[in-house]
Amino acid sequence: MGYSGFKVIKEGLFGQKGWKPVWRDPAPKSEYDVVIIGGGGHGLSTAYYLAKEHGITNVAVLEKGYIGGGNVGRNTTIVRANYMLPGNSEFYSHSLKLWEDMEQDLNYNTMMSQRGVMMLCHSDGQRDFFARRANAMVNQGDDAELLTPEEVKREAPSIDLDNVRFPIYGGLMHRRGGTARHDAVAWGYARGADQRGVDLIQNCEVTGIDIEGGVVKGVQTTRGAIRAKKVAIVVAGRSSQVAAMAGMRLPIESHVLQAFVSEGLKPVLPGVISFGMGHFYISQSDKGGLVFGSDLDFYASYASRGNLPMAEHCMEACMTLMPSLGKAKVLRSWGGIMDMSPDGSPIIDTTDTAGLFLNCGWCYGGFKAVPGSGFSYAHLIATGQHHTPAARYRLDRFRTGRGLMDEEGTGSQHNLH
Amino acid sequence: MRLPCPICGERDRREFYYKGDALALDRPAGDADGGVWDDYLHNRDNLAGVVRELWHHAGGCGAWIVVTRDTVTHEVHGAERVGKAKA
Amino acid sequence: MRVAGKGHTDAAETVHFTFDGQSYAGRKGETLAAALLANGVKLVGRSFKYHRPRGIVTAGSEEPNALVTVGTGGGQDPNVRATTLEIYDGLEVRSQNAWPSLKYDMMSVNDLAAPFLSAGFYYKTFMWPKAFWESLYEPVIRKAAGLGALSGDINDDIYEKAFAHCDLLIIGAGPAGLMAALTAGRAGVDVILADEDSQMGGRLLAETFTVDGQDGADWAADAVSELAAMDNVRLMTRTTITGAYDQGTYGAIEQVGHHVARADAPDLPRECFWRIVAKRAVLCAGALERPIAFPNNDRPGIMMASAVRSYLNRWGVAPGKAVTIFANNDDAHRTAVDLIAAGVKVAGVIDVRADVQAMGDYPLYTSGAVTATKGRLALESITITHAVGTREIRTDCLAMSGGWNPTVHLTCHMNGRPTWDETLLSFVPTDGSIPGLTVAGAAAGHMSTLGALQSGAKGAAAAVADLGVTAKVDVPTAEDDPYRIEACWQVDGKGRKWLDFQNDVHVKDIKLAAQENFRSVEHMKRYTTQGMATDQGKSSNVAALAVLADATGRGIPETGTTTFRPPYVPVSIAAMGAGSQGHGFAPKRLTTSHHASTGRSAPMIEAGLWYRPSYFPAPGEKTWLESCNREVGYVRDAVGVCDVSTLGKIDIQGPDAAAFLDFVYANTFSTLRENRVRYGLMLREDGHVMDDGTTARLGADHYVMTTTTAAAGQVMTHLEWVAQALRPDLDVRFASVTEQWAQFAVAGPRSRALLNTVLDDPITGEDWPFMSCGAVSIGGIEGRLFRISFSGEHAYEIAVPSRYGASLFRLLVAQAEAMEGGAYGMEALNVLRIEKGFITHAEIHGRVTAFDIGMDRMVSRKKDCIGFAASRREGLLDGQRERLVGLRSVNGTDKITAGAHLFVEGADAVSDNDQGYITSVCWSPTLDSHIGLGFVKDGPSRLGEHVVAVDHVRGVTVTCEVCSPVFFDPDGGRVRG
Repeated sequence: MGYSGFKVIKEGLFGQKGWKPVWRDPAPKSEYDVVIIGGGGHGLSTAYYLAKEHGITNVAVLEKGYIGGGNVGRNTTIVRANYMLPGNSEFYSHSLKLWEDMEQDLNYNTMMSQRGVMMLCHSDGQRDFFARRANAMVNQGDDAELLTPEEVKREAPSIDLDNVRFPIYGGLMHRRGGTARHDAVAWGYARGADQRGVDLIQNCEVTGIDIEGGVVKGVQTTRGAIRAKKVAIVVAGRSSQVAAMAGMRLPIESHVLQAFVSEGLKPVLPGVISFGMGHFYISQSDKGGLVFGSDLDFYASYASRGNLPMAEHCMEACMTLMPSLGKAKVLRSWGGIMDMSPDGSPIIDTTDTAGLFLNCGWCYGGFKAVPGSGFSYAHLIATGQHHTPAARYRLDRFRTGRGLMDEEGTGSQHNLH
Repeated sequence: MRLPCPICGERDRREFYYKGDALALDRPAGDADGGVWDDYLHNRDNLAGVVRELWHHAGGCGAWIVVTRDTVTHEVHGAERVGKAKA
Repeated sequence: MRVAGKGHTDAAETVHFTFDGQSYAGRKGETLAAALLANGVKLVGRSFKYHRPRGIVTAGSEEPNALVTVGTGGGQDPNVRATTLEIYDGLEVRSQNAWPSLKYDMMSVNDLAAPFLSAGFYYKTFMWPKAFWESLYEPVIRKAAGLGALSGDINDDIYEKAFAHCDLLIIGAGPAGLMAALTAGRAGVDVILADEDSQMGGRLLAETFTVDGQDGADWAADAVSELAAMDNVRLMTRTTITGAYDQGTYGAIEQVGHHVARADAPDLPRECFWRIVAKRAVLCAGALERPIAFPNNDRPGIMMASAVRSYLNRWGVAPGKAVTIFANNDDAHRTAVDLIAAGVKVAGVIDVRADVQAMGDYPLYTSGAVTATKGRLALESITITHAVGTREIRTDCLAMSGGWNPTVHLTCHMNGRPTWDETLLSFVPTDGSIPGLTVAGAAAGHMSTLGALQSGAKGAAAAVADLGVTAKVDVPTAEDDPYRIEACWQVDGKGRKWLDFQNDVHVKDIKLAAQENFRSVEHMKRYTTQGMATDQGKSSNVAALAVLADATGRGIPETGTTTFRPPYVPVSIAAMGAGSQGHGFAPKRLTTSHHASTGRSAPMIEAGLWYRPSYFPAPGEKTWLESCNREVGYVRDAVGVCDVSTLGKIDIQGPDAAAFLDFVYANTFSTLRENRVRYGLMLREDGHVMDDGTTARLGADHYVMTTTTAAAGQVMTHLEWVAQALRPDLDVRFASVTEQWAQFAVAGPRSRALLNTVLDDPITGEDWPFMSCGAVSIGGIEGRLFRISFSGEHAYEIAVPSRYGASLFRLLVAQAEAMEGGAYGMEALNVLRIEKGFITHAEIHGRVTAFDIGMDRMVSRKKDCIGFAASRREGLLDGQRERLVGLRSVNGTDKITAGAHLFVEGADAVSDNDQGYITSVCWSPTLDSHIGLGFVKDGPSRLGEHVVAVDHVRGVTVTCEVCSPVFFDPDGGRVRG
């Protein structure tokens, strides 16, 4: 059923009785053309674009828990295309364009709000580095501006220019960046995929991948065996375990990233602000909660929860940068499992097993990639060819050293990106 | 989170720097095959469960240690200095 | 209204406070909620979505409705719970989320539009036209959303953080917690007893129970006195344990100064965030009473039955004149008995159960339910159905109880899931959810006072037994009434039945979520926002779950729960970030010449944690560039002095020091002669450049390594790693001596002449050739001299123990000035090094290889070293990589900018045409030209080619010539001269 303001009013007048289930709960069929392992943001968008762009609808999305229950359901909701290096630059640029048309495309309000992403710099050298990045963004066709400290202050009066440990030399403003309502993105893609005939199968955990003679044949699940012509792994946070079912050992280490939300407050922040010296980023949700985060906890973890040192570091960064937010109270903290790759950039590729595809390694930048990742992955699955914007996300780049995308410049230690 | 430094005793996580999987101790020869180096530098078992990993007591005695820890529960089973772990 | 003879506050201690500008009297120590109720104030807030009038619901930190703002300006504190805020003389409190006033709130128009604002309605609309989201819909939504407001002023209160350690942490000081503390304290272990209340005792303060034949509150006071007298017990009131973390670490927030006027205690912190490390812990957090979802159950005057008893018994306040009670358990009756004993009229007890007897002289309606309520800003009457009919009852306070939820929250912080208890009709903690933590009292489902005391004592005894200590379990007598309850989650009837009072979620919203197939409890929560308000659903979640279970035809255990996550109560950013405001975020490192530099008005700039002089302004100079050009001239023409102490210095000694350096550097150091210096290039194991610097051989087994300022820490960690983990076979030791030595560059044609004015024994060119080093004496002080250069000039670096740094710097600068030179800062240093093509971390930014910077020949093929193997990867040796070059503005006068990207002339400045980028630029007064360093695809093959540098964001486009990165004195004659 289509959603609209008219429909909302009509249902309001008739007791909301007409709203239909947003997706079906089908039992798994014995065979699909494509089985997607993972019902997170990327898996759902992959299913959606397989159906919409390639007409492949005999597709199942297998989710061990509930739809959208992974990182798409717990993140700081930031959307941006402010990458510097070839590979990332064109990919996120494409993804941002999909974000901008998402609501009309999905007929679902994902509340994509382009209120800007502003990164602060704290030295001449960092400003020059930001200029390089900003120019790369403009070269890619995206927007970027270098702001003076005074312009930074005008954008976000909460920032303390006068008494901060690392003075603010300026900012890189990316006005088309912003935030979106994370759950709604998962639900919107899920609904769109379901409407096009994709089976979303929740509470269905994959326990094995069937491979015969180097060709994928299907999967074993807690709800029985399912045959498939193609199997697509897209299970951030569990990539190593699922890939191991196909005998693969991935360049991935799993880490915990915490995030925090405050109580609801009247509007105090314009868009997303990130603090270069403290690795701290913050925005304010439409409900009024400050949503913010910092670095990884830096130790390998599958626990979906963190510890105090990084939580405190995050609050400390906030207090030096924006001491006027001190009285805001943290309501809730959580941790997500991040697929950290050796260069901080993701992998969308085929594998040595025919018909088996791999999408992983999004580090802590997966949310903004949801539309682009699904689009490019669907293209690869459907055509066997790499989609141009994601063509550099190859698995073999680590072995060859060709086309590494190390935005942080920290090298092959997974947790430093 | 607290870790048992074999030299200093149990200390807060704040005193330690984390490097990663203890396989980094098994450095290949300089002329080893590219695939061996690829595995060493990049590929990981990345177990959800008990792992051996490298920490540096940077804010303490300076020892590099191998900690045996569960990545699901964060339970720590023990720690030893890298020299001993290697031997 | 006050009730004579009830409560533990002192009528003589009157204080005055204001609420929305109106002045009221209250009693010292009581909560704002108690004081407002005593003054007959029922309406205290507006709900989040529909702006419905709301009153006080609870008497604790779980309060969903009564949130207020305290103070103004830098002290303005929004979303403070009236139920925990202690009043003091002069307290000023305002209501929130209402305009123009609490009574007449314009936004309550939302309530009239409620049919169109059902759960998740916003996902289905506001999509057209596309541009309207940011420009219209969202601003309106954002303005309406939020509760309290920050003032926008910089926080001007004090916050602190602290650590504490103990054998046993006891969380909660009700009967179970006090008994646990007595048991463990008497056994002699180190105990911390923490309770969020201002007074310890928990429900004993709010009930009329006796313990050991004594009034419960008196027993609690005696227990606290006994504990306070023990040296091994630390009592922490107003301290809420906020989170359980790994290895027995707990977070806690202590409300240190919120109960005193700021003016009375200007040095007192508002709050202190504690990190408590405990070998064992006992959770005695009690239980929280839950409401019942009946139609219009949200009117001011409807509150929890236990809260009514708290206000009556502890604070001596009756929340109404004619109280009605609605419940599914025996607590309803105790509330009635207490009220009647205090002389307050009980207009009726409505009990959902059929077979129940009155415990006193009050009208009892069995098989009853409240089906409607009336009263816009305060409750006026209720309509009930019961065994024999329906009736309307005039009442201004309805006490409700849907049973109790054990406070399991902390047990879920490490992914533990609570277990459904069919007898208690609630979730109870699952054993072992937090290593080292046991649960006692009502938190564990022991609902009687005796049960709490017994389980507290046993829990503590078991915990200390784990530590090898035997504790005696000695429990006083107390009531042990059974906990009788019958399931009742919602009542049918016309009108919305509210679950989450703050977020305005009602039963129909949950049903709509189920109808739309948001059947997973997580989906329901996220779709309806149930439990996402400031109280995190403390009292509402279980009922919402029951409604969802019913709507989806499942039981509660199969439906599952959402996850409780830290913090248990909201914690201010200022508390968790205490110490960091302003300059406290990171330590400052100052060189020995810092004060000499600032004394010369040099602007100091950050270099990592260090501060270094940018330039030394001279009289008459108007811009930094003028100063910089002058300082460059010092070095090129006379002599300049610069503090380079911030560079990392690592002392390396041992028989295998040479072999060790050969392994960590790409080039070779074992061949370096004593008293000689060599430039070293250090790679990461992945084959990229980590750092560079010079290393001097001071003796056969003694080297001193120099790192860049930025990478000093990283290099030290790396060396430790290599020595301990990879090459334990090598006998080598090292120590950072960065702070032990002050080191100054003395650079320029007159550098030797200058040095000879300060050295005890003059040096000559023959004894001290380029790249030599050795010991020297300066005024009798033993120092070190290195003939090295970062400027391309004849230059030295002279090092002395740090305590002599300040005086040596002054001396060197004075001598330089006498030779037409002087001090130079970072700006000049940067120009000098760019003119010579020397790299910094602007160039070795983590993505470049030795090949990229033209140093691949330095990577020795004769030995293994860190990074060698990975640096041989095909992709890292591809000629088409972006490689280091110099760039010179073709006409010399056009300014080029760092961060610009490079394009072939005539090509569009788009990604596909990108040829590289510029990393460092300067105006070269020596060459009279703008020059820079950068990376160009296959750069070394393109010398002489013109490229266009495009800096979109600064609006600069300049044609540049690709040239050698060494602009000045390419043969190096000057450095050796």
